[in-house]
Amino acid sequence: MTVRTAELLMGIATLLVSLGLMLNVHLDGLTIGWVEGRGPGAGMWPFWLSLGMALAALATIVRWFMGATPESRSTDPYISQETMFIVGVSVVALFAFLLLMTIIGTYLALVLFMFFYVRIIGRHGWAMTSALVIGTPVFVYLLFEVALTKYLPKGWPIFEEGFLVIDNLRYEWFY
Amino acid sequence: MDIILTSLGAGLLQAFEPLNIFMIFAGCLAGLFVGCMPGLGSVNGVAILLPITFLVPPTAAIIFLAALYYGAMYGGAISSITLGIPGASTAVATVFDGRPMAQQGKADKALMAAAVASFIGGTVSVILFTLFAPPLAAFALKFGPQEEFALMVLAFATFIGLGGDDIPKTIFSILLGLVLAAVGFDIISGQPRLIFFDMVEFQRGIGFLVLAIGIYGIGEMLWTLESTNGQIAMHKVKVTWARIKANFGDIKHYINSTWLGSFLGFFVGTLPAAGATPASLMSYGLSKTFSKDPDSYGKGNIAGVAAPEAANNAASTGSMLPMITLGIPGSPTTAILLGGMVIWGLRPGPLLFTESPDFVWGLIGSMYVANFVTVLLNIAMIPLFIRVLAMPFSILTPIIFVLCVLGVYATTDRMFDTWIMLLIGIAGYLLRKLNYPVAPAVLAIVLGPLAERSMRQSLIGSQGDVMTFFERPISLTCLILAFGLMSYPLVLKYMRNRKAGANA
Repeated sequence: MTVRTAELLMGIATLLVSLGLMLNVHLDGLTIGWVEGRGPGAGMWPFWLSLGMALAALATIVRWFMGATPESRSTDPYISQETMFIVGVSVVALFAFLLLMTIIGTYLALVLFMFFYVRIIGRHGWAMTSALVIGTPVFVYLLFEVALTKYLPKGWPIFEEGFLVIDNLRYEWFY
Repeated sequence: MDIILTSLGAGLLQAFEPLNIFMIFAGCLAGLFVGCMPGLGSVNGVAILLPITFLVPPTAAIIFLAALYYGAMYGGAISSITLGIPGASTAVATVFDGRPMAQQGKADKALMAAAVASFIGGTVSVILFTLFAPPLAAFALKFGPQEEFALMVLAFATFIGLGGDDIPKTIFSILLGLVLAAVGFDIISGQPRLIFFDMVEFQRGIGFLVLAIGIYGIGEMLWTLESTNGQIAMHKVKVTWARIKANFGDIKHYINSTWLGSFLGFFVGTLPAAGATPASLMSYGLSKTFSKDPDSYGKGNIAGVAAPEAANNAASTGSMLPMITLGIPGSPTTAILLGGMVIWGLRPGPLLFTESPDFVWGLIGSMYVANFVTVLLNIAMIPLFIRVLAMPFSILTPIIFVLCVLGVYATTDRMFDTWIMLLIGIAGYLLRKLNYPVAPAVLAIVLGPLAERSMRQSLIGSQGDVMTFFERPISLTCLILAFGLMSYPLVLKYMRNRKAGANA
């Protein structure tokens, strides 16, 4: 896909998003004008601003047809092959990380995520890999659970119960 | 004047409290680090680390983040000079002469000039800040909702007029941020709004931090991965104490550009949308214009390093002026700071000076101290930071990703928000590749709720009469200025066309 095509598609996508927002306000039955005795309706702000978004998107599409923006004249690839690889891998890894956080818990997910990035993508040695694979969860535990007292997701009950052993130890020893 | 000095004294004392001074050191170090990593700038550092500051009281938190902001301006120069790629957009102008100097083996001179100029820029602007902030805040106490709304319109107009980006795309970005800010329950009528796909999670709205971390954490890292592909090449830098001492003598060659950059940077920094990047570019341009030897610029003139570095530091302080006094952020970084203040339970705006004097003066006091700390840390640690720069991206990237995900989770306790953050990050990356500016959207989601409230308050007060915005002198002035700024690009285009027509 060239930058030129991407610009048109993005123009259309932004236009659809804007129209969708307007439709959303309308379907919720929010007043977009003045409510007698009460002031501006709840839908006034989002509706008219979304209309503005739609007009701005339309302007971008018109400018695309006129060739007014540099992007609309560029035939370079929108996302080159190399970029596709590195950015794609990162996005998929993040997606998997978030998914795994809810299934096997933050800490096991962290171990896998760091291992994947440092060892498989970065091709670092085992010393560096193990330092980060072990160090990151420990650091995260100390920072978020101990210092910020946040209970990070521990995944499905079976994994959560396994992890509670560590929390129990912490409470037995330190409190 | 006496009141200012007393308050400043109290603020300085506060800055020296053990926790606060530790925060200054930590913030400066973190700032130097994010500043010198290519692709990461102050805004990314502030966005990613904001959730962690909930550990400490608000004053210590803002001191940390302000020091980080400050340190990042110094740090940007390190990679601009040694790598030839700007560590942050604010250090783009530093590359012009910093890189040739490094190629000539004078990297240490350039680094030294950058540090000294940053220090002078920072000091000048923090003094100006101390003088201007209290009267401006006092003046702003007269503001009603009409003025507040007009000021916000003015802030957005500067993005359109001075942002230099594609105008329909800028407008789209601003409006998108304003609309996203309306997701959730309406504060006035209590009705749920924009609940997409009937998902209850949207009732709590989209937090500004989710958007900011999505765009400046995830999106920016994807962007950096693309632009560097993980490969960077560095110039050798020889730094010894003897050379550092010898380099102090160069100061006379760039002191004038430094003064120029300091004052210019402060005033440009106070404008929303302008901020440190244009300030440093303008300062470079002006310094070149006034120079006796303009041809040497771009070939390794030391003044060409000092001018933008003084300006970007001065601008970072300058952009805090409207944030603290008016509640209108002067840059994307201060927009995030402002959002942070709301989370900490403070009310940004002119009342901040009277309601939370400890917070405000503690911050101002810390800026003086942070300035010293940063210049010392910077000079002492140049060799270390040069080594940090050699750190491969395959280590830094996953750490930042993890901080983004857990930071968002820690602020809202919902996995849902981390998914939204990822989606916003990807969307931000794709939009940015097509030259849609993302900073206005972040500013808009922070200001959105304030802007909507002040607009509706004004309209309720006037029984729906829109003229209320034009009948009050301050509000009217702001709106006229806003209109002027919005039409400025059109006027400029018309003049250029006419000139081109006349020449043809």
